[in-house]
Amino acid sequence: MYAFTYHQPNDVAAAVALLDEDAKLLAGGQTLLPTMKQRLASPASIVDLGKIGELSGISREGETIVIGAMTRHADVAANAAVHQAIPALAALAGGIGDPHVRNRGTIGGSLANNDPAADYPAAVLALGATIVTNKRELAAEAFFHGLFETALGEGEIIVKVRFPIPQKAAYQKFRNPASRFALVGVFVTQTKGGARVAVTGAGASGVFRVNALEAALGASFAAAALKDATVPAEGLNTDMHADAAYRAHLIVVLARRAVAAAG
Amino acid sequence: MIHVSMIVNGKAASADVDSRTLLVQFLRENLRLTGTHVGCDTSQCGACVVHVDGRAIKSCTALAVSLEGAEVTTIEGLAKGGKLHPMQQAFQDNHGLQCGFCTPGMIMSAIDMVNRKGSHLDEHTIREELDGNICRCTGYHNIVKSVAQGAREMATAGAAKAAE
Ligand SMILES: Cc1cc2nc3c(=O)[nH]c(=O)nc-3n(C[C@H](O)[C@H](O)[C@H](O)COP(=O)(O)OP(=O)(O)OC[C@H]3O[C@@H](n4cnc5c(N)ncnc54)[C@H](O)[C@@H]3O)c2cc1C
Ligand code: FES
Ligand code: FES
Repeated sequence: MYAFTYHQPNDVAAAVALLDEDAKLLAGGQTLLPTMKQRLASPASIVDLGKIGELSGISREGETIVIGAMTRHADVAANAAVHQAIPALAALAGGIGDPHVRNRGTIGGSLANNDPAADYPAAVLALGATIVTNKRELAAEAFFHGLFETALGEGEIIVKVRFPIPQKAAYQKFRNPASRFALVGVFVTQTKGGARVAVTGAGASGVFRVNALEAALGASFAAAALKDATVPAEGLNTDMHADAAYRAHLIVVLARRAVAAAG
Repeated sequence: MIHVSMIVNGKAASADVDSRTLLVQFLRENLRLTGTHVGCDTSQCGACVVHVDGRAIKSCTALAVSLEGAEVTTIEGLAKGGKLHPMQQAFQDNHGLQCGFCTPGMIMSAIDMVNRKGSHLDEHTIREELDGNICRCTGYHNIVKSVAQGAREMATAGAAKAAE
């Protein structure tokens, strides 16, 4: 790891003031520190969000669950309000990486990183969550911009994420047993506005929605509605773990399982 | 250099460190607590697991300077008065190690598992929860047996302590 100047501000305003183009925010460090150790990133300064209390915590506000950016995966997985309102989200958080990664990694770090095989982006897109930064509020659709790219600009920090509570939701992940990331992950939701299906792990440009599956589930939110469904392999990833055709097949299988699990 | 202080295995410990010092380097190089191992550089193997403020984390994937004031427990902090911790004893009893490189991380993870999930752990739970700990020697079978025994005996030891 290359040397850097270290800052540990106590509030968001102080953190923003420390950000310049050579600075990087540090949240749980579960992506950034391995990257720095391998010298794939070499920020001149690190702004550690770990002591900013206002960024952590989970609350229910009416029909939404609000999760602070620095909330650890393990805390989302164990939270009673999340379990009660969106059990699929608690289960998703409890399936990220391993127990030690979950004790450090944060929702804000995961979303800012936008790894194409990460779990949280699927939940944010399928639940129609809103990402609140120090500058603005972004709808999920407007936030994710392809591989490892987001709408976040310079000096912008994710503060919290607001998840509307759905009628039904479930997440099914086909794990890569070595990396623990999603080979394919499918998050389905049913809300008053209709059904949503978001897919991670498969798309060549990151998380995406599948309109054809959403339409079929909009007509009938049941696994049987996807009995003959198919998803085209174009635009899906091929790598050493699986080819695009296999991933396309998995999307439908996991979507069916998710709908069945949503009950 | 940044001055960092922690409570490590119940004792105050501090040093002046470079900002890029990882927790595992602080433990091994500054404090000479070499029971915590480094088995990879990709945050995947779990040989470096320690407890920080009661939670198991990978000490290779945290900056020492982030943890000012933290309470840290390492494998060296488990035995009391020359007597092995029940989880350590269980690894010895069940031949839960071969080369022993992964063992400190396995034991720290196992104790964290009992703290979160209780002392009646079925095989499936133990295997799932050891997801972040890789062993190149044993094939895991005796590790799983060790964790199950250690968990039961932690309950007995805890009950004995409470009765004292
Ligand atoms: C062994 C292992 C297995 C894993 N398995 C999975 C898995 O199965 N599924 C999965 O989804 N993830 C997995 N991860 C990744 C993990 O979830 C990370 O915690 C996550 O991707 C990044 O979160 P972090 O808090 O650690 O962020 P950091 O590593 O600290 O930061 C990541 C990036 O986000 C930026 N950032 C952080 N916080 C903010 C903020 N509030 N506002 C703006 N930018 C910010 C940082 O500057 C940095 O660029 C795994 C990681 C490891 C090491
Ligand atoms: S040394 Fe491998 S996970 Fe820490
Ligand atoms: S006993 Fe050798 S790595 Fe586990």
